[in-house]
Amino acid sequence: MSTRKLLVALGATLALSASTAVAQSPGLGKNITEADIKAWDIAVLPDGSNLPPGSGTVAQGAAIYKQQCALCHGEGGVKPAPGYAPMVGLQKWDRMDAPKTITYYEFATTIFDQVRRGMPYMSPRTLNDDQVYAVTAYLLAINKLIGEGDVMDAKSLPKVKMPNAGKFIIRFPDRI
Amino acid sequence: MSKDKHQKTLDSLPPVAGNGLLDRRALLGQGILMAGAAVAGVGASATGAAAEPLKDDPWSTTMGGPTPLRQQPSKFEKHVVRVLSNLKHEPRNSHARTPHHLINGSITPSALHFTINHSGIPDIDPAKHRLVIHGMVRQPKIFSLEDLDRYPMVTRTAFIECGGNSAPMFSSEPMQVTAQALHGLVSNSEWTGVMLSTLLDEVGVDPKASWFLAEGGDSCALHRSVPIKKGWDDAMIALYQNGERVRPGTGYPMRLLLPGYQGNMNVKFLRRIKLIDQPAMSFYEAKTYSQVLPGERLWKFHFLQEVKSFITHPSFGHSLKGPGYYDISGVAYSGTGRIARVMVSADGGKSWAEAALQGPTNPQAFTRFRAPWRWDGKPAILQSRAWDEAGNVQPLRAEIIANRGQSSQPVTNPNVFINQHYNSITSWGIDGKGEIKHVYA
Repeated sequence: MSTRKLLVALGATLALSASTAVAQSPGLGKNITEADIKAWDIAVLPDGSNLPPGSGTVAQGAAIYKQQCALCHGEGGVKPAPGYAPMVGLQKWDRMDAPKTITYYEFATTIFDQVRRGMPYMSPRTLNDDQVYAVTAYLLAINKLIGEGDVMDAKSLPKVKMPNAGKFIIRFPDRI
Repeated sequence: MSKDKHQKTLDSLPPVAGNGLLDRRALLGQGILMAGAAVAGVGASATGAAAEPLKDDPWSTTMGGPTPLRQQPSKFEKHVVRVLSNLKHEPRNSHARTPHHLINGSITPSALHFTINHSGIPDIDPAKHRLVIHGMVRQPKIFSLEDLDRYPMVTRTAFIECGGNSAPMFSSEPMQVTAQALHGLVSNSEWTGVMLSTLLDEVGVDPKASWFLAEGGDSCALHRSVPIKKGWDDAMIALYQNGERVRPGTGYPMRLLLPGYQGNMNVKFLRRIKLIDQPAMSFYEAKTYSQVLPGERLWKFHFLQEVKSFITHPSFGHSLKGPGYYDISGVAYSGTGRIARVMVSADGGKSWAEAALQGPTNPQAFTRFRAPWRWDGKPAILQSRAWDEAGNVQPLRAEIIANRGQSSQPVTNPNVFINQHYNSITSWGIDGKGEIKHVYA
């Protein structure tokens, strides 16, 4: 039963339309500006929306990776610590236990987003945006998805062609 | 009825399916019959059992212990615990699984609710925690817990299931582990909170917004994208679980509840909702919770936890104490509504008997099912299969493996998530001695 039906069944009249719901809600939310949300507003979208200014090169990324990432994810993205999937390797996904490496991602923006929000694991959000672009560039380069001389920034990153782009079937389209 | 007569009545019940499954109506409105039957089932013989003469035990003759502020389970129940995947608190995710084979009923005790946390459990001060809703809205707003406590609330029951629950069932060989290890990443609670639709109305959603992202206040800032439909339909900002504040491991002080959807989407420590016009393709939706299928097919947005059931009693880790009566029971649930029917087999699926459902059956919630069974002491294979009110049926193992595949090599570690969204049948093989194994049948 949908919540709306549930509420109807309970004899309540909440949320049946925008106007009645607003009228009956205490309206205690305080206004806030997008500028004041900025520190939390870190999610990047596949079309590149919300990518920050800045840029990074493959070479810069290699140095950061060696220092900050290799301990868990393995030198050069291979032979990671036990329990971690390699960053490079297989590019064919035809069985459920094939490791999902960097090339698995449909959009390069996901890599930037995950590095920025969650890495390094013990001190997330300590890399600056240039460093995150650089690490992202390095991860794409070791998978030959960009060239060694390419620079990643808000314009170039969403344009990186990922081999699995468009290949995912939406499991339950009627739910979207 | 005398005890002998109970037994006689039980013995006279004709089996309705192979290997001694009895009519579920034996369970309905006949408490006296079943009470007697249960006693008879424990001992091998129902007649002339030699009981010791009764006397008072020590706890009956002196004043008992003091009353605690907060109750704990009996010291005799110390074995009823979750199993953990990360005992040393290493810098990685941590799973705790519900001991389904050691509990009964339909509500999971909060202390035993499964949890998966990807960067530990944050120590959140509820007075400082904030929920912000912004993006494609008329007016971004921020809410404190104190604010939300004044909003109209709704109470409902819902299961939450990790998309990777039952992943060991994709192993090419049956893993010899308990229902807890196989299926312990699903639990069922009563949740109380504010409907997200109420807050969406307050901020005024741009009609072009088609998704929202939900993000937690934990150090990995876990975020997931959710179709806006679900936000208007039945999404809740849950503040209470089984009557008390949501516990820290379960998302204190507030979590998103998306009834019937992948556990990972029910974002804990919820601090931000942003209305957007495309899915964010976060790490968890782009990688972890997408599926690789045979033939180089890839699935994404497998939000639904589809109809499923499994037998918890008896199951691996138990043993049968001789022929006689047993209460087969388990849980059934579906992300697409109420459970409509559960069938139980004792002969590996050759014949089926309808199980009794313990009502009321709630949508997207556990329904406990029971089937009376007279075991004759010979090998048996117990299975359950569920249907929901939308007409969905739990697939047979052969069907799901044909479509989804299985591991290349047998997997023995239940913490290896080979794949997600396994909702087929679980089979418990019982040998002539009453020992129980996990089998594929």
